[in-house]
Amino acid sequence: MTPVQGVDQAFWYILGISVVLLFGITVVMVYFVVKYRRSKHPVASDIRDNYKLEIIWTIVPTLIALSMFVIGWSSYVGLRTVPKDAMEVEVLAQQYSWLFVYNNDKETENELVVPVGRAVKLNISSLDVLHSFYLPAFRIKVDAVKGMPTYAWFFADQLGEYDIQCTEYCGVDHSAMVAKLKIIPEKEFAAWLEKESD
Amino acid sequence: MTATQSFYHTPAPPHLTGMKAWLLTHDHKRLGLMYLGAIFFWFVLAMFLGLLLRTELMSQGKTIMDAATYNATFTLHGVIMIFLFVIPGIPAIFGNFFLPIQLGTDDVFFPRLNLFSWYLFMFGGLFAIISLFVGDGFPDTGWTFYVPFSVQNSANVGLTVTAAFILGMSSMLTGLNFVTTFHRMRDKSMGLMQIPLFAWSLYATAWVQILATPVISITFVLIVLERFFHIGLFDPDKGGDPLLYQHLFWMYSHPAVYVMIIPGMGVISEIIPIFSRKSIFGYKAIVWSSMAIAIAGSLVWAHHMFTSGMSDVSVFVFSLLTYLVAIPSAVKVFSWVSTMYKGSIEMTPPLLLALIFIFLFSIGGLTGLVLGAAGTNIHVHDTQFVVAHFHFVMFGGTGFAFFAALHFWWPKMFGIMYRFKPAYIGASLTGIGFMFHYVPMLILGLEGMPRRYYDYLPQYETGNFLAGFGGYLLIIGMVTMFVNLLLSFKQRMPAPVDPWGGTTLEWTVPSPPPVHNFLHKPQIADFPYDFTGVTEQLLQRGGEGPLP
Repeated sequence: MTPVQGVDQAFWYILGISVVLLFGITVVMVYFVVKYRRSKHPVASDIRDNYKLEIIWTIVPTLIALSMFVIGWSSYVGLRTVPKDAMEVEVLAQQYSWLFVYNNDKETENELVVPVGRAVKLNISSLDVLHSFYLPAFRIKVDAVKGMPTYAWFFADQLGEYDIQCTEYCGVDHSAMVAKLKIIPEKEFAAWLEKESD
Repeated sequence: MTATQSFYHTPAPPHLTGMKAWLLTHDHKRLGLMYLGAIFFWFVLAMFLGLLLRTELMSQGKTIMDAATYNATFTLHGVIMIFLFVIPGIPAIFGNFFLPIQLGTDDVFFPRLNLFSWYLFMFGGLFAIISLFVGDGFPDTGWTFYVPFSVQNSANVGLTVTAAFILGMSSMLTGLNFVTTFHRMRDKSMGLMQIPLFAWSLYATAWVQILATPVISITFVLIVLERFFHIGLFDPDKGGDPLLYQHLFWMYSHPAVYVMIIPGMGVISEIIPIFSRKSIFGYKAIVWSSMAIAIAGSLVWAHHMFTSGMSDVSVFVFSLLTYLVAIPSAVKVFSWVSTMYKGSIEMTPPLLLALIFIFLFSIGGLTGLVLGAAGTNIHVHDTQFVVAHFHFVMFGGTGFAFFAALHFWWPKMFGIMYRFKPAYIGASLTGIGFMFHYVPMLILGLEGMPRRYYDYLPQYETGNFLAGFGGYLLIIGMVTMFVNLLLSFKQRMPAPVDPWGGTTLEWTVPSPPPVHNFLHKPQIADFPYDFTGVTEQLLQRGGEGPLP
């Protein structure tokens, strides 16, 4: 299972249970309001407690919550465990663009190019204020902090172009701090990497 | 002057007249109303700022304002809503007015300090206004004032955090007043398990206000020191640590979320039983869950920081603790719904608003589960999903509890009743508009649209347009509600002592109450939600009078 699948599975699990719970609460609530309306049910019963019920509805949600925690945590571990053969790219954030530096010192701005079929590790830092590197298609996000390197990784499994956005508010042009991820065939990438920066 | 005259006709202290009777009053009820005036002003202002933001986002590119204005506007919207509406809202208005009455006493423990807190609140607001018009203008940092951006930028951050500092003092002193009132002023015959749930919720909240607010106050002082004396605590250029700031900020600001919601839960715990004419289900569980939320809620702050670059161990711990704080909230929701089981339910505007609260707050809580899980948090952190989530809790929750409280206690506070039909229409429109406004944001967030974005990628346009449309519906609904309430001053339909059939002490005193609240020594019931007597009395009288 890729990290993206892991995270999506956690989404479906949590959202699915949430929708069921919300539906249940709402239906029961509306049913009570209609069924026990004063014109049909003028005298209320005097029920104050039901310890058995209260214990059940404390323990069962606790177990559900813990299961959500576990599935959430295991999907997080996927996002943090970088394969050994990952290709590394340095990412530098600045007001208001992204710089990508490859291991042959080739540098690009607002364009991250990687070969298909590789795991890519991004070593992220900032040149000024806080930024955050967000690649929604691969479910990764991590803050860029000056003086404190952070990282994220993704498996470039499909050719295509993907959006990169800044998600930590960084000033007037924060929303314009967007970049593109291009996943291209291995051979094209090798040629691209050797080409002089334009 | 007689003892039965309402507090409107009896200044406290008695020698005061005219405006002074308000501006120098020690009466908790007058102070509650003075807070209502000020807080309502701020709410309406920030509400329209919010509408401007969403109008800007309805189409791609520039619509009605430039990026710098947009950024300052969302900061202003956040600062006002958080520090001048949601945090003080229910405790300062309804807490001041009703806590002493529910506890069977005549005022809070420190009436002068109470007046002083109101002045601090007003000064804090004044500072916020001044910071708009002097120097380089209002900050564009977001209400979170994250460093190093907030110490490097040129806007008026110093003055604005000073305003927040003063407002924090006000909040802290109100908390102190409530804790002492709860313990020292309560009627001698009222044991802990005889206290109404709204009073309990204020008590739990007050402890958080006292213990957590100093942390944010110190943090704001540090920001000012950093800006003016460059001490290098947070600035990485001087060896400082930006994450330290985030920890300090959220160490207060997450517990503050519970300062915002717990009193709202208290309001709902009063409304559901009264209109079901049936005891609250699981009184003790609700009391304990309020305290549990206050304590556990103080230990989860770093779930705002999963992407900040802090250690994976911290992510593990804070994610786990976050799930534990979800349980007491769930217990409350189940208890409210069960209260209605075999009740005798009468639909009224406060009940309708309380039901909408339960629905919206549940969505807020459940979307919180997505954010509490480490893996899913990474994807939706700092996106529109988070914006929608906390508006479901803060607006769908606290906001609707505030509206419900207004409609619930209006006849008691002013001695007049409002019309029901416009209230139903307003409340329904607000609820429908709310869903149209925030559900698209949940989806936009899942699709990856970040928050605090002046502009966005083309794929997000439809969602933003829909959200803007919902925003207009929402505001039409709220304005209908407010106008209807204000019209009641013109219609002057007198409200009886006990319009709803209540069991807590505020429904035994005249509407509006006399200056010392009680005409006779209050009778403390063994259990605050025993409705068996109410039903019998009404049956003997041969049913109840028609409501408007």
